[in-house]
Amino acid sequence: MSQFAINLLFVGASFALYIGIAIWARAGSTKDFYVAGGGVHPITNGMATAADWMSAASFISMAGLLASGGYANSSFLMGWTGGYVILAMLLAPYLRKFGKFTVPDFIGDRFYSTPARIVAVVCLVVASVTYVIGQMTGAGVAFSRFLEVSNTWGIWIAAFIVFLYAVFGGMKGITYTQVAQYIVLIIAYTIPAVFIALQLTGNPIPMFGMFSTHTESGLPLLEKLNSVLNELGFRDYTADVDNKLNMVLFTLSLMVGTAGLPHVIIRFFTVPKVADARWSAGWALVFIALLYLTAPAVASMARLNLLTTVYPDAAGQVENYEEALDNALVYEERPEWIRTWEETGLIEFTDLNNDGRIQVYNDANPDFEETAEARGWEGNELEVNNDILVLANPEIANLPGWVIGLIAAGGIAAALSTAAGLLLAISSAISHDLIKNTINPNITEKGEMLAARLSMAGAILLATYLGLNPPGFAAQTVALAFGIAGASLFPALMMGIFSKRVNSKGAVAGMLAGLIATLLYIFTYLGWLFIPGTNMLPNTPDNWILGISPLSFGAVGAMINFAVAFTVSNATEEPPQEIQDLVESVRYPKGAGGAIDH
Amino acid sequence: MADDKSNAAAYWKANVRLITGCLIVWALVSYGFAILLRPLLSGIPVGGTDLGFWFAQQGSILTFIGIIFFYAWRMNKLDAQYGLGE
Repeated sequence: MSQFAINLLFVGASFALYIGIAIWARAGSTKDFYVAGGGVHPITNGMATAADWMSAASFISMAGLLASGGYANSSFLMGWTGGYVILAMLLAPYLRKFGKFTVPDFIGDRFYSTPARIVAVVCLVVASVTYVIGQMTGAGVAFSRFLEVSNTWGIWIAAFIVFLYAVFGGMKGITYTQVAQYIVLIIAYTIPAVFIALQLTGNPIPMFGMFSTHTESGLPLLEKLNSVLNELGFRDYTADVDNKLNMVLFTLSLMVGTAGLPHVIIRFFTVPKVADARWSAGWALVFIALLYLTAPAVASMARLNLLTTVYPDAAGQVENYEEALDNALVYEERPEWIRTWEETGLIEFTDLNNDGRIQVYNDANPDFEETAEARGWEGNELEVNNDILVLANPEIANLPGWVIGLIAAGGIAAALSTAAGLLLAISSAISHDLIKNTINPNITEKGEMLAARLSMAGAILLATYLGLNPPGFAAQTVALAFGIAGASLFPALMMGIFSKRVNSKGAVAGMLAGLIATLLYIFTYLGWLFIPGTNMLPNTPDNWILGISPLSFGAVGAMINFAVAFTVSNATEEPPQEIQDLVESVRYPKGAGGAIDH
Repeated sequence: MADDKSNAAAYWKANVRLITGCLIVWALVSYGFAILLRPLLSGIPVGGTDLGFWFAQQGSILTFIGIIFFYAWRMNKLDAQYGLGE
């Protein structure tokens, strides 16, 4: 059977499974469509949250960024897990006690005004659409590879499938499908990692293998990786960063963003009790950690495998790499996976020095120019898109065809599950919070469902269009979405629970200040509405204020939000007594009912 | 009523104190050990690199899990102790 047929078989079989579950547990009412009837066990809910959460960014893209950045990109790991600690302690239990469906519901009621509700809807939609752009980028990579079409076609096919999937699902369908998707994606992620860890270190557990000995050279794996990278003019994989401020802010942005993302928060409305919301966050993190502890191992091992594919003799060397480096891979003898990825345009080879061999090195390092020249190298000849690393990983390691099919199914599951959850959050914000609670309270249930589906369609078209020219790799685009959510929604939610003094005016001013400051900073470097070429300043570290990257600015935005909200609130009147009583009541679990409709 | 109020206030105070403690540990492992204090820990070797690197890529995640379960467990006890559970 050809690899193409195996991929189709795995992707097809996993889809049949999800669709089967979706039909079996079809959403009957609007309430089911949004929150799955409020009766899901914490472990089930944790698993579904993990699937919702782990998107194309975590599954497809993150290990690639870790591999290229090494230690410096550890922020992705800490940020996307540490956010659950904040969520479990500062938001989830209280929002569950509050007992409504959506994030704008809480903000609208707590800050007792329509403007607050509308601003929350705007923040939610901007953050979620940005997030979906990242998903489309990742799903596009997966579909283009496995259907063997161009990246653009891959993105359009992905958009079509995500749309079908989200429109017919709804939360109830999604909760149980998400559980199936979690199982598919975690198996798909770990099996290749186990094989590769065995091949390289003899240790079957990737998270331990990463810190053990590389069999072929006898050096610790990370030391071996550092030594190969050094020979090619790259920084050490484990090298410390120069700008610690940026790393701290980036990590913080991802953490507060995690706690502010509507599609994750909505999950905590579906557990029966307040105590379960706390346990749910813990279980979600356990399931997420299974992938997040494996990812750094995948990253370091894939980076080493990629380099030893290009320089096959370098694998066993401890020092004296010269001969091994001269003996680089001959392009005509390149392995099959390079050929297939070249067709998607995500790997490109240019024989700059016309020697018929592939040279990979850091041609941006001025200290390395002399060495490169002495070796007869005239530039880095292989451009590899970071986002392909995880998908190509089993092929790079020569694993059997079924493992490759499995990872295809897993990658697509990851992108679909998150995109569906986000589209649901967008559609409920528009149909429920904006239309039903603000514009037209008399809308029929049917009309509300129609509005929900239309807004899903609109969101996906916009995200797909922007996804064709994405502002970064999948995980970077997603990181921007986190910055936006963290700067706008997180502070409003937290102050809504922990402060009785913050009033409507303060919250609205804070959210707007956080959102606008963050968007301005991002658009300055990445282009207005992410349209390429419209950026005011080049997106390089020396142009950033204090070296703060647009990816890290969400943390600053959040601080602006807090500061503005407190200042404005203290200058204006106290919130009315019934709002202070509301704040009081969300703090205690006693008396929590099921999530209620209006 | 006054008793209810002071009881509730004490519960909330205990909760905030617990959260503060957990957040200190949360910040210490991630922003501390993994980023800002990494140079200080560079003398402690872990499998081919140093302790700060391990915290950045694995140690902090494991600690986060511990913190959430600890918090959930302590809060359940507080809920019962103050009679404010469900």
